[in-house]
Amino acid sequence: MPRLLDRLLAASRRKSPWVYCLNAGSCNGCDIETAACLGPRYDPEQVGTLRQGTPKHADILLVTGPLTLRTQDALRDIWAQIPRPKAVVAVGSCPASGNVFAGSPTVVGALAQVLPVDVYVPGCPPRPQAILQGCIQAARLLAEGKTHDQESNREDGW
Amino acid sequence: MVTGWWGPVLALLFWPGLVGGAALSWLLTWSVRKLTARLQGRIGPPFYQPFFDFIKLLGKETVVPRGVSRPLLYALPMVSVIAAICALGLIPVPGNPMPAFGGDLILLLYLLEVPALCEVLAGYGSRSLYGQVGSAREAILWLGYNLPFLAAVVSLAIQAKSMTLAVLAAAPFGPVHFAAAAAFLLALPARLKRNPFSIPNAEQEIVAGPFTEYSGAPLAFFELTHGLELVALASLFSVLFLPSAGHLGLRWALYLVGSGGLVAFITLVATATARLTLRHAFRLYWSWGAGAAILALAMAGM
Repeated sequence: MPRLLDRLLAASRRKSPWVYCLNAGSCNGCDIETAACLGPRYDPEQVGTLRQGTPKHADILLVTGPLTLRTQDALRDIWAQIPRPKAVVAVGSCPASGNVFAGSPTVVGALAQVLPVDVYVPGCPPRPQAILQGCIQAARLLAEGKTHDQESNREDGW
Repeated sequence: MVTGWWGPVLALLFWPGLVGGAALSWLLTWSVRKLTARLQGRIGPPFYQPFFDFIKLLGKETVVPRGVSRPLLYALPMVSVIAAICALGLIPVPGNPMPAFGGDLILLLYLLEVPALCEVLAGYGSRSLYGQVGSAREAILWLGYNLPFLAAVVSLAIQAKSMTLAVLAAAPFGPVHFAAAAAFLLALPARLKRNPFSIPNAEQEIVAGPFTEYSGAPLAFFELTHGLELVALASLFSVLFLPSAGHLGLRWALYLVGSGGLVAFITLVATATARLTLRHAFRLYWSWGAGAAILALAMAGM
């Protein structure tokens, strides 16, 4: 019976990933593609993905843009507000490496310095299909208990 | 027919209470989401989506904001779910084993108000600015939509000269039913917080309204309450305004078609309209709503 409940919970985590979008200093290119991904054309509700306005309702944090000095505290704050289990999807080249903004005095660098990134969606900007694919992959990681946050908090029961 | 104390227990736990009510609420919630998606040119979610959303939320951490009491955070959604289940158990839908008793209509009306009250308290208790704005809007809208809603139910009770739901359901059709149905339908979108009255949970303005700070199991129970309210109001509509034919199969068919049709109507209105401001919504209820209320009551009094 507990095995069955665990499998049900895993299935529901895979089928219901709610996302919270955060712009950490993006040029808006990835945000346009994310908006297209969440719109009617690609209809992420087919795979259960809904955009939420509050981090308290989210499972996945979608981050666009390079990590800047001004946004890093807000990013940490919002990440702490998302209830466990949770995952981070880095959208575009900027959160992966800083992209063309790398080396700027106002840019901290890669997102992985601050948050445990689970899925990277490459591209400048990535296509909406790729962003949706990233969300699906993050949901699968959540279901399998293999996100970085779940693995580092295993002893707390997540 | 089940007799003794088993009737109420079965009604509250299985049909139309907890188990059956939750299953039907997920089905109706899915039909709302699917129909909305189709009307917007999307594919929409698979039919199991609301069920998996509920299970996923149950399995998530509950973040308690600083300065918010944990018992309050858990108690409000539980109270509203229990009130919604008790309200459902009272409605004489086909197959309900709950025995009818005098005055069950009054109890039902009180129980139907409990979720809205819990929602207002949840918003104020969450120490979130968005939650407080949402709660204030909900409380004001409450004073608007309850005028036609209560008048619709009370006019039927006056006409049937009874406060028992089963008597109201069996009452012969008259012109008062049409006036009361108009008032009931006018109040329904606001009761369910759908467009054009999605003012308390306006996601583009105040995030998630009273539920902005809610997460995990408390949020799951508030979502379940919304579904159960949808079932309760659709059931109440079918019971009050659709003929209760003798044959059980026919009654089931009428009940399901009536609830489904009502949900489709609300979804159509919601997708075709934009959100009103609170001022306009309130004015609408105290002009057109008051007109419908007076008409229904006057026809019942004659």
